[in-house]
Amino acid sequence: MTTGPGGEPPAEDNGGDNNLPARRGEERLDAQVVRTGMFGVQTTGDTSGYGLLQVHKRPPLVSEPPYGGYFDAIAQDLGSALQADGVGFGDAIEWVVVDRGELTFYVRREHLVVVADKLLHDPALRFEIFGGVSGVHYLEDTGRELHAVYHLASITHNRRLRLEVATADEDRHIPSVTGVYPAANWHERETWDFFGIIFDGHPALTRIEMPDDWRGHPQRKDYPLGGIPIEYRGTKVPPPGERRSYA
Amino acid sequence: MSSTTHATPGASDADAEATEGRVYNVAGGDWDEIVAGDTERGDNEQIVVNMGPQHPSTHGVLRLILTLEGETVTDARASIGYLHTGIEKNMEFRTWTQGTTFITRADYLMPIFNETAYCMAVERLLGIEDRIPERATLIRVLMLELNRIGSHLGGIGPFGLELGATTIFLQGVRMRENVLDLFELVTGLRMNHAFVRPGGVAQDLPAGGIEAIRDFLRKAPAWTHDLHSLIDANPVFKARTQGVAYLDLEGCMALSVTGPMLRATGLPWDLRKSQPYLGYETYDFDVPTQDTCDAYGRYVVRMNEIDQSLRIIEQVLDRLADRSGIANDPWLIQDAKVGWPARLSLGPDGMGPSPEHIAHIMGQSMEALIHHFKLVTEGFRVPAGQVYVPIESAKGELGCHVVSDGTTRPYRVHLRDPSFHHLQAVSVLCEGGNLADVIPAIASIDPVIGGVDR
Repeated sequence: MTTGPGGEPPAEDNGGDNNLPARRGEERLDAQVVRTGMFGVQTTGDTSGYGLLQVHKRPPLVSEPPYGGYFDAIAQDLGSALQADGVGFGDAIEWVVVDRGELTFYVRREHLVVVADKLLHDPALRFEIFGGVSGVHYLEDTGRELHAVYHLASITHNRRLRLEVATADEDRHIPSVTGVYPAANWHERETWDFFGIIFDGHPALTRIEMPDDWRGHPQRKDYPLGGIPIEYRGTKVPPPGERRSYA
Repeated sequence: MSSTTHATPGASDADAEATEGRVYNVAGGDWDEIVAGDTERGDNEQIVVNMGPQHPSTHGVLRLILTLEGETVTDARASIGYLHTGIEKNMEFRTWTQGTTFITRADYLMPIFNETAYCMAVERLLGIEDRIPERATLIRVLMLELNRIGSHLGGIGPFGLELGATTIFLQGVRMRENVLDLFELVTGLRMNHAFVRPGGVAQDLPAGGIEAIRDFLRKAPAWTHDLHSLIDANPVFKARTQGVAYLDLEGCMALSVTGPMLRATGLPWDLRKSQPYLGYETYDFDVPTQDTCDAYGRYVVRMNEIDQSLRIIEQVLDRLADRSGIANDPWLIQDAKVGWPARLSLGPDGMGPSPEHIAHIMGQSMEALIHHFKLVTEGFRVPAGQVYVPIESAKGELGCHVVSDGTTRPYRVHLRDPSFHHLQAVSVLCEGGNLADVIPAIASIDPVIGGVDR
């Protein structure tokens, strides 16, 4: 399994000929190798002849203003709303990513609640629709393994925005936004259930999909898929989680 | 209602009563014990009713824990998770194309919506949104609107059944059967279609498909008329739904409720209009609203949306007819690195790869065989990144959050399912009302547990 975006914002990939392995810049050759060979096979299983191929990690994508469209207005309005509370935009927002026409704010977790509060209540922002929390576990992004991704929409201004908060696996605490968005209740329970992120301040952070006495958090990358091999006419097919991966 | 107070499996009634008070186990029909016990205990005592997860009126395996004072619900909690199947986790171990066969099973009453949201997310990650053939988009809209009708009927019909009206159920299911027949004709399956694929759809409309849908459009108004005449002025239905499960705009905003529940408060928020996708801005249709904020209003909104969907389908069929002169009009992206290589056709032993394609890869072109093999077993790589694609499903905003790490499998897929989100409103809808009002309240949310639990 590769790190992929690895916590850092993802990079644009299909940027034309310059992205072909043979023409990549020298600096990319210094980047961390995330995959070798064609099939991710470490043993003699790779018969493709591409065993020496090295795929490097993409540099993190960080967007600088102007972000384009209504994204700049959101950033400015959020900045001035935060300023009224004595929080700088740069203090609360680690960085901004504009990718594939979608805006993402990477929020420092200690400022998440105030940012959510401003996004909901400031008349210039008014993100009324809470679109849920989606956890992502970046196993190899040390120190920022667990991400909580919040999808917001504004009916008043017809806009969309995504917040992303990262935390370390050892310190898997993120403040709950249920005080601002009551509808975050079940979504945070689900993210706790599946990823083990503890949402501080949640009124009743209990498991929601898995049984109460379940051990482990199934959607984490270090949690196996499970399954049993299938036997059919003398051949054995391993369960999906143990089959050859082309990643 | 299966039991009162929390009966603990395995523990004797005596054990449970020591910790949780008097326990009654009621399997149905025999109420004498409860009535006697109630008289014995006198008034003003709370009773906890555990409704579900196998209760027929809770729409699948939804469990409600209701605290009652007399007949008034003072506390309502929903408990879910009885149908969790790990769809999202499973998708991380399959290719991007195989993902559609999993995500279609989430909310099984609106499979096309699940597939379309997921495929649109994959296409945005791939950066091929502009290259999806027009015919594929038209077929998607056609199937989406048919599915919207089917989903609404799957909500309205059982709604009647839960209030004790079998005729409403049968009339609703009759029309829904015709929608499913069309699905079977087009995709080969009544549900779990995996019809929408990254890059387009699995196959073109079959011969006679357009005529069958036109035939459906001719008959549909009579069917909806039957439903209207059965339900609209039905005194029992009105008494059970009007003013029941009240949730106004303020409540909807506080809980981020979307879909028919929001539109029943009078706000015409519909992503097809406000943030159009798949060319919805080019269709002529209205966003029906009601201002009653109750279960009855939600029913009316759903019925009117069926009419609007019929309008859209008619326009799609006209556009498809306009394109009938185009030879080899593609329904899948013309990109050999993404589009599924095999063409499906119906043989004597069922649906399978077309004989021409098999002849080509097995007898004519070694490269085509390699290509087919690579794309089918390994799949295509999707550039790293994340997207969130929301669409207006039959039940509200259905969002698909997809993260790619640049490999041939999704790194993470998350479905923001409207049923899951809206079940949070159960306590707001039910508390303070009668026990009997819980049934129409749940039915007016129209939750499907397959989507709730995924």
